[in-house]
Amino acid sequence: MSRIHIDWTRCDGHGACAELLPELLTSDEWGFPVSRTGERDPQVPRQLTEHARHAERSCPLMALRRV
Amino acid sequence: MNTPMNVATRPLGSRRDTQRLLAPEHRGHQGPVDDLPALSLDALKALAEESGLTGRGGAGFPTAIKLRAVAEARRAPVVVGNAMEGEPLSDKDAVLLNRAPQLVVDGLLVVSHALRAKRTILAVGPGIGTEAVQAAADRRRERTLVEIARLQGGFVAGQESALVNQLEGRRAVPRDPLVRVTTRGVDGRPTLVLNAETLAQLALAARHGSAWYRSSGTHDDPGTSLFTVSGAVSRPGVVEAARGTRLGDVLAPAGPLDPVAVLVGGYHGAWVPAAALDTRLTHADLRRYGATVGAGVLHVLGSGRCPLRAAAEIAGYLADESAGQCGPCINGLPRMADSLRRLADRRPDPRLPAEIDHLRRLVIGRGACAHPDGTARMVASTMHVFANHVAAHLAGWCPTDERGPR
Ligand code: SF4
Ligand code: SF4
Repeated sequence: MSRIHIDWTRCDGHGACAELLPELLTSDEWGFPVSRTGERDPQVPRQLTEHARHAERSCPLMALRRV
Repeated sequence: MNTPMNVATRPLGSRRDTQRLLAPEHRGHQGPVDDLPALSLDALKALAEESGLTGRGGAGFPTAIKLRAVAEARRAPVVVGNAMEGEPLSDKDAVLLNRAPQLVVDGLLVVSHALRAKRTILAVGPGIGTEAVQAAADRRRERTLVEIARLQGGFVAGQESALVNQLEGRRAVPRDPLVRVTTRGVDGRPTLVLNAETLAQLALAARHGSAWYRSSGTHDDPGTSLFTVSGAVSRPGVVEAARGTRLGDVLAPAGPLDPVAVLVGGYHGAWVPAAALDTRLTHADLRRYGATVGAGVLHVLGSGRCPLRAAAEIAGYLADESAGQCGPCINGLPRMADSLRRLADRRPDPRLPAEIDHLRRLVIGRGACAHPDGTARMVASTMHVFANHVAAHLAGWCPTDERGPR
């Protein structure tokens, strides 16, 4: 099982990821992703693996990674 | 000195039996290093493990674990001594480097030898004299070449990966923690960064053994620590005390002046109220206050100072010191500092505590380094320990009645 890791030094808060992965991420008032689970690097349940992959590919700054 | 609070760079007297690093015999010691054992890696690992030595730079991480991480890597590592002392309230590394620099160098020698390090570097922050430590390094040149690097400062410049970046000629900002410097650091090599005091402690432990090391302090928190005492005291300075000593006893030589609370652990630390000065300086005893020994900063808040104003100033400073890389830190810290300032200004806005709480939770765990978390910790402690001041300020008055707006 993988986790979602945000490289905060790269992320510029476009919020694309929160739209693609609303089960795990929401956006703060500045547009930066917030983990819904409270975990620093939220765990990806098996049924969301595809969505997580898509979010990873869609991040324009390669700030979101599955680790 | 890089200390707005004007911490004196002189050691204060401490009890003879707790003087190790600051013992008179180490003072300006010029002698040979023949008595420094050349430990094997296994012997060093065992020493770190058995002595229970923890990092003295702030995070308090067990030295044995870091050492193991670097030793497991395949490439020859780089060893870095960290004397950046980015915390404005800390002066102990400066005192150590002037008073017993040979201990810091000896620590580097022991570690570098055991790890067969490719390079050995001592990183020194601005305002700290390097003459004494350079002389100590020169006298040990035949054993190991220690490069002394004078670097730019800043609150987060001493963070491990920021330090590695600066040593490589890049901006002194933290890296994403996914790849630790123990895996890839200076020159792409596994890098072991140890605080200057940690190295000095290690040098003594290497000479005298882990049983000797453990003969001071408590079982879970062995050894001594250097503490920098500042604020409302008549003699600010650096004290050495056994771990587990009562807070009040460590402060005593500095002469506290009507203390209300003590900020333990520095700007990223937490307040211990003056009613609890008998708290022992161990991780277990300080946990109740959300504090840790950290780098040994003890900042005394006197009764003439508004705690909320003091905390707002610290939060403002920390917001300015954000390395400007991570969105939640860039946006959240100034907002949090501003809300705290408005509270100190006695704005009668009942939403302020909830807003501060919200911002605090929002920044925790959402940066490349622990700067947001540390700032949030200090702010949470302020709201908790000074709850009566918070209530009074919301009602429009200040129990300290410090002159300020309103
Ligand atoms: S898509 Fe990438 S850059 Fe945009 S908010 Fe998400 S992690 Fe940050
Ligand atoms: S969390 Fe803040 S201080 Fe740390 S790297 Fe990010 S922006 Fe810089």
